[in-house]
Amino acid sequence: MLTYILRRLLRLIPTLFVISILSFVIIQLPPGDFFDSLQAQLAESESRADQQSFQALREQYHLDQPMWTQYLYWIGGCLQGDFGYSFEWRRPVSELIGERLGLTFILSLGSLLFMWAVAIPIGIYSARHRLSAGDYTLTFLAFIGLCVPNFIIALVAMFVSVFWFGGSAGGLFSPEFKYVGWSLAKAWDLLRHLWIPVVVIGAAGTATMMRLMRTSMLDVLDRPYITTARAKGMAERWVIYKYAVRVAINPMISIMGMQIPQLVSGSIIVSIVLGLPTTGPLFYRALETQDMYLAGTLLMLLAVLLLLGNLLADVLLALVDPRIRLE
Amino acid sequence: MSESGASAALAGLSTAGQWQLAWIKFRRNRVALVSGVILVLLYLMTLLSGFLAPYGPDHRFARRAYVPPQGLHLFAADGLQWPFAYGLTTSTDPQTGRTLYAGDAQRTYPLELFTRGDAHSFLGVQTTLHVFGLGGDSEEGLFLLGTDRQGRDLLSRILYGARISLTIGLIGVTISVVLGSVLGVTSGYFGGWIDELLQRTIEMLRAFPQIPLWMALSAAIPPDIDQVTSYFMITLILSLLGWTALARIVRGKVLSLRNEEFVAAAQLMGASHKRIIFRHLIPGVMGEIIVVATIAVPTMILAESALSFLNLGIRPPMTSWGVLLQEGRNLTTLYFHQWLLLPALFIVVVVLCFNFLGDAFRDAADPYTN
Repeated sequence: MLTYILRRLLRLIPTLFVISILSFVIIQLPPGDFFDSLQAQLAESESRADQQSFQALREQYHLDQPMWTQYLYWIGGCLQGDFGYSFEWRRPVSELIGERLGLTFILSLGSLLFMWAVAIPIGIYSARHRLSAGDYTLTFLAFIGLCVPNFIIALVAMFVSVFWFGGSAGGLFSPEFKYVGWSLAKAWDLLRHLWIPVVVIGAAGTATMMRLMRTSMLDVLDRPYITTARAKGMAERWVIYKYAVRVAINPMISIMGMQIPQLVSGSIIVSIVLGLPTTGPLFYRALETQDMYLAGTLLMLLAVLLLLGNLLADVLLALVDPRIRLE
Repeated sequence: MSESGASAALAGLSTAGQWQLAWIKFRRNRVALVSGVILVLLYLMTLLSGFLAPYGPDHRFARRAYVPPQGLHLFAADGLQWPFAYGLTTSTDPQTGRTLYAGDAQRTYPLELFTRGDAHSFLGVQTTLHVFGLGGDSEEGLFLLGTDRQGRDLLSRILYGARISLTIGLIGVTISVVLGSVLGVTSGYFGGWIDELLQRTIEMLRAFPQIPLWMALSAAIPPDIDQVTSYFMITLILSLLGWTALARIVRGKVLSLRNEEFVAAAQLMGASHKRIIFRHLIPGVMGEIIVVATIAVPTMILAESALSFLNLGIRPPMTSWGVLLQEGRNLTTLYFHQWLLLPALFIVVVVLCFNFLGDAFRDAADPYTN
């Protein structure tokens, strides 16, 4: 197992290399650089002195050199833990991402928990009461969850929270906690705000997972060993939870590895709409202003997460299903 | 069904080909049939949006910003009448300073069918014909779904927006399907270094998460290029990742088909690669291709709306449903003007229909199981 994981990790290295090149090229695709777009914004108040300071900054960050030189400087820094400098925030990229990464993961894990807590029981219920009124209603609800764009769900959730319950509009903290250090009160405040983004981000995933669990469960319930268990007079609850669910849940566990990176990427749009202090809005803003090191690092980070998620999915599946052998 | 009809149908069933069986199975799914009909109607609507929309997409009614959805009336003081709308009177809300609209029962304007209005072109022909509009005073308009900040009719804009929102998914999926099936078949059929190269490329592309990649590439579209080019660029971006999933499925299927006797027979009879691929392999994977394509369309429609909503996809002055929803992005605006979210309803209906259809296709594609 350990050697398998090590081998997979080694094979990731060339992939990572190509991903870093692609990320850098994609981010560099728009014409001009950050200082051009800044200059366009400042056009009127522009003076010659600023022109010169821009030029000095360009030289300092090698923006005046060909793209491949810029890439080499960047990737060389990345290997030493220096992911470049954000022109807009005037801070190192690693610092900026670092302080938002924690909340991003809390949010994704929260959504993951929510998805599991809702989708698995409903999937089991739907499969056990196949084609009943309850099954139809839940399946229909799942379909709706899949079909409403998540930014609309986010808008509506924010609307309901603000105008019906008098909550705050978006964000993860009340104003009084925004800039103070961590305390119990702040953690409680976070929990109170967290449920809207968690539900909104988890909505589509819950719907997908619920349908997967239902299908998987139906598949297992048809197996001869379930019939045998019932024929021997085993209690129905035991049959369902110890025999059927134990096997039906395997595919869910394996997709869990993929769900975390998917949630991190999938929550970007919702986070922008809800104005959350996570990496999503940071990425969006960086794209808008052509803050290239920040945008490029984030894109690369998200791709790396996806690759690790893939690996985790394979390992998890092998752990829960002894029939699967890793080579 | 009569006794003889049922036995005739059964007799037909035993000799029916795979496609006939699939159709018979598909037809039994009522929800999917209704979804199919709705989608056909919606796509016809995009073709005729110029006629169906009472106004052009950029027709501004200067004094009619944020009019709520207006109703048609059938009853006047003297009983039942041809449908008509009230003229609007405006007043200012003393607290919020917003303009309030009220119907003026003194001024009524009849609904006019096949009326003349804004010029639009249909298949290259300029015309001013509209299916319906409001007769009388040109200052008054008929706003069945309300107006936006600039006094533009939301219904007309939704109809014009449908052109982009509905076609982007279809064209994007067509590109994905062509790329995915050709490359998938090639990869599976020839194997060797071609297969290796394509599989590594696919792996690399799939390492990128969809939404961030779409955002990054859309942000790279220069804002000053013409509308048609930017439309096709966005379509291409959306299909960039789509084809990889299909290519994988097709490749897997071809790998198993390649060793079947009928392919060996064709090879022995001297059929060219081209003939084997297009006559024997592609028809064999057609079922899978149709299912995957149907499910991919709504994903692309949702993606387009999300990107446009963030101002990264279709940009004004072009109109798509995502662009229309931008108007409702501000919570306070939304509080007073909830009809601005109506385009979302259209997105939901379309996506729902495609999903129902995809599910039914999936069941029908395998006609031998029950």
